[in-house]
Amino acid sequence: MIATVQHWIKSFTLFELLKGMSVTGRRLFSRKVTIQYPEEKTPISPRFRGHHALRRYPNGEERCIACKLCEAVCPALAITIELAERDDGTRRTTRYDIDMFKCIYCGFCEEACPVDAIVESRHFEYHFEERGENIMTKEKLLAFGDKHEAMIARDKAADAPYK
Amino acid sequence: MDNLISIWNLVPEALQTLIVILLKIVAIVLPLILAVAYTTYAERKIIGYMQVRLGPNRVGPKGWLQPIADTVKLMFKEVILPSEANRFVFYFAPIMALTPALVAWAVIPFSSGMWLADINVGLLFILAITSLDVFGIILAGWASNSKYAILSAMRAGAQVVSYEIAMGFALVGVLMAAGSLNLREIVEAQSGGITQWFIWPLFGLMLVYFISGVAETNRAPFDVAEGESEIVAGFHVEYSGMAFALFFLGEYANMLLISAVAAILFLGGWLSPFESIDALTELPYIGLLFGNGIHWFFIKVAFFIFLYLWFRATFPRYRYDQIMRLGWKILIPVTLVYIFAEGVAIYLGWKPWLS
Repeated sequence: MIATVQHWIKSFTLFELLKGMSVTGRRLFSRKVTIQYPEEKTPISPRFRGHHALRRYPNGEERCIACKLCEAVCPALAITIELAERDDGTRRTTRYDIDMFKCIYCGFCEEACPVDAIVESRHFEYHFEERGENIMTKEKLLAFGDKHEAMIARDKAADAPYK
Repeated sequence: MDNLISIWNLVPEALQTLIVILLKIVAIVLPLILAVAYTTYAERKIIGYMQVRLGPNRVGPKGWLQPIADTVKLMFKEVILPSEANRFVFYFAPIMALTPALVAWAVIPFSSGMWLADINVGLLFILAITSLDVFGIILAGWASNSKYAILSAMRAGAQVVSYEIAMGFALVGVLMAAGSLNLREIVEAQSGGITQWFIWPLFGLMLVYFISGVAETNRAPFDVAEGESEIVAGFHVEYSGMAFALFFLGEYANMLLISAVAAILFLGGWLSPFESIDALTELPYIGLLFGNGIHWFFIKVAFFIFLYLWFRATFPRYRYDQIMRLGWKILIPVTLVYIFAEGVAIYLGWKPWLS
């Protein structure tokens, strides 16, 4: 009986509705969480997995030894590697393609690499305008690595203690 | 100037009235469409703020040009006719949805002396015209040759027709209190400051009126007709470009209309809440702001529009059977009891309102 009366009073005074409206009404004046993207950016972890890069040793020699571990571990089959013996007898890739459309940015290639050659950098703002540009060739990956080596080295050093 | 007046005098009298009426229509409809555009902006901005986001802020300073950009985009889009759709009805439906929403503004008194038509059955006229809205929705749903559209049209039809009854009863309450169907006289019956407004004796009826108004315009939380998450966009799912824009315009013009009627019936239209305080109204210059005027009407309409947006930001959508239950089993009995009680109060002369 009393419960029914309470229920009626609650319904006809629109108690629950007003309670809900007070919540949204308070939020109207609260500080907004929107990040205005191109002008403002959220901080990015050194572990961020973005654009790929092939790294070199400080003496300029490329790190990749064409062991094909990344190709084998890649769950999306995005990596294609061909290799040949170089004149000095070392094993090097002749082709190292990553299809950026297939890639799911899982970071397994980076984890599999025994020489830290293939890495994923914090750079994620890139786009393709024509078919074919999505294939990252060895030259493009090496060039990207050369360009951002300082950033990549800093990120890898920051994450090294946790590996 | 004299030349113009002499040319004007040459025009036959019947034509003169026609021209004056046409000019008045333009003077009402153009600001109305502008108001609709900026209601959409206000909606996105206010709901954004309530969801702790910023809302549109890229086009023009603070996003003020966003509605203009939207309109231009819609105007240049193609109106696609679905295959197997009924061509005539398909193109006729958006017109049918927009026209009643605009026509009803003919009898709205904006301020003392500012109206297109001052007819004695204004309230009845509004009720009659707004009930035509449902045709636009049903025709659109039927003509689109789409499952979702027809589902939505059926829902909207049943819902609008059901809530019309509760709304009509709520208006009967106002009619009894004011003793007139003329909107101007209803406003004048509320003169004498904020305490005289019908919102005080008829608060319950105002709630019923506004709830059924929200249901009538198919707005959240009664937006099963559009239900984005279940029937994509409802009756206008097959519409694009300007045909879609007309539905949009009609919906928002209807919201503004419901708000305007609510302001007139319950909040005293253009009357100032400080009307009876002479100390305020006789102040130099700012006294005008405290006196009666069209600005009070706009403030009251804006308040109801804000409520609309607030509801949409707050309440989840009603289930269809809950909508029907609320309309038939709660709102209608409540209004009946309220009207009976009001009749008794009028008979006994409940001062200061119902005597």
